[in-house]
Amino acid sequence: MILIVRALGRLCIDAISALGRLVLFALATLSHVFRPPFYLREFFTALVNVGYLSLPVVGLTALFTGAALALQIYSGGSRFNAPEVVPQIVAIGMVRELGPVLVGLMIAARVTSSIAAEMATMKVTEQIDALVTLSTAPMKYLVMPRVLAGLMAGPILVAVADSIGIFGGFIVATQTLGFNPATYILNTMNFLTSADILSSMAKGMAFGFIATLMGCYYGLNSGRGAQGVGAATKTSVQAAAVLILAANFLLTAVFFTA
Amino acid sequence: MITFESIYKSFGSNHVLRGVNLTVERGESLVIIGGSGTGKSVLIKTVLGLVEPDSGRILVDGQDVTQVKRDAFLSRFGMLFQGGALFDSMPVWQNVAFRLQRGALKRPLAEAREVAIEKLRRVGLAPDVADRFPAELSGGMQKRVSLARAIATEPKIIFFDEPTTGLDPIMSGVINELIREIVVEMGVTAMTITHDMTSVHTIADKVAMLHRGTIQWCGRQTDMAQSGDPYVEQFVNGRAEGPIETLR
Repeated sequence: MILIVRALGRLCIDAISALGRLVLFALATLSHVFRPPFYLREFFTALVNVGYLSLPVVGLTALFTGAALALQIYSGGSRFNAPEVVPQIVAIGMVRELGPVLVGLMIAARVTSSIAAEMATMKVTEQIDALVTLSTAPMKYLVMPRVLAGLMAGPILVAVADSIGIFGGFIVATQTLGFNPATYILNTMNFLTSADILSSMAKGMAFGFIATLMGCYYGLNSGRGAQGVGAATKTSVQAAAVLILAANFLLTAVFFTA
Repeated sequence: MITFESIYKSFGSNHVLRGVNLTVERGESLVIIGGSGTGKSVLIKTVLGLVEPDSGRILVDGQDVTQVKRDAFLSRFGMLFQGGALFDSMPVWQNVAFRLQRGALKRPLAEAREVAIEKLRRVGLAPDVADRFPAELSGGMQKRVSLARAIATEPKIIFFDEPTTGLDPIMSGVINELIREIVVEMGVTAMTITHDMTSVHTIADKVAMLHRGTIQWCGRQTDMAQSGDPYVEQFVNGRAEGPIETLR
């Protein structure tokens, strides 16, 4: 019995200390945002990687999800004689939940993994140590530009995903379900509020931050060798995905139940 | 001058450094020898702040390394890493001129590139290498580029971590000669870690042997053969039998 309690205690202590390290890492990253030097070239490179190059996967995912959502809502709504709610539910579903979450998970898969693998490889091959000896702080040169790019690209990607998702629903609804295009657009516009859009952007910002931060954190703290790089990559994606979904729940609770 | 005073460092239960006392005089080339895993790299990294010692003090020209302004302090150092540690996301010239493109030593782009090409030429590489990426170079060329990066800002102190690891004997000889030439030419203080005895003979003014976390022997390179220390003799002659335990 004592052994079980001891093991549980150790697990709790490990979890809390891991969380503490992560929070300190996040605070250290944010503390660099307003302190020079600023590496603009690294920031714009990261912005292209996190934002621009994620557009195809985000766009395609949102398109198909919006289209599938329209079919589901039509089918489900028909059961209680309300198939006409498709535009409203697609809009609210995409903007409030699916757009931000899809973007979060897609950048966790694409960006978190690539950042973690890159930084872990840099650590294993002593490139991080080399940076320090060249009077360059890795937090400032590697972490801050990527996290800042995540913060800025997140909302933009979410806006794109929301729009394309709604467009996917629009195509299916008007081409196969017999909806009038003008009415569909009008219903969508009338139903969405600025609070919906703002919450979507805020989620995008939070998820962009989480995805890039996890990649940097696990990359810089990776173990040795190829196994260390693999483990860092895997753990970073898992942690980012779980944290994004948990943050989504918390933000939804804050925005829509307060 | 670099002075190590009672440096201790452990990683968990592994006590790597157990009271290292060592002095490297200004303009001197010291080579640290010792078996794998004896803490040679850790010792060098404590000077640069890459590893924090558990206790003890390191002085560089009389200044405690924990009390200095980091950027200015690090700008006095150059380091050649074991695997080169070149940034594979940027071309060779940007690696060499890394320090000249940012921070206090920043110069105009064209000038930084010119310096990089000049340093590449100094280590025996043609200017056309400048625009290639590190992955396109052989191991020997990567070491040369790393050496060029280490000397790009004309530092006062240079560390060489296993400079000939992974190179064939001829290329090792070339790198050793190059290091010796650069150390003499620039008049820098140099610390080299190696277990390659050819490197020791070419590079060292003074040799220190690290064993079980302490300096086992320290003296002039020319005195090493007659050190009378059984540990040094076993290491230098590469014998399996002797006071240094070996796994067989």
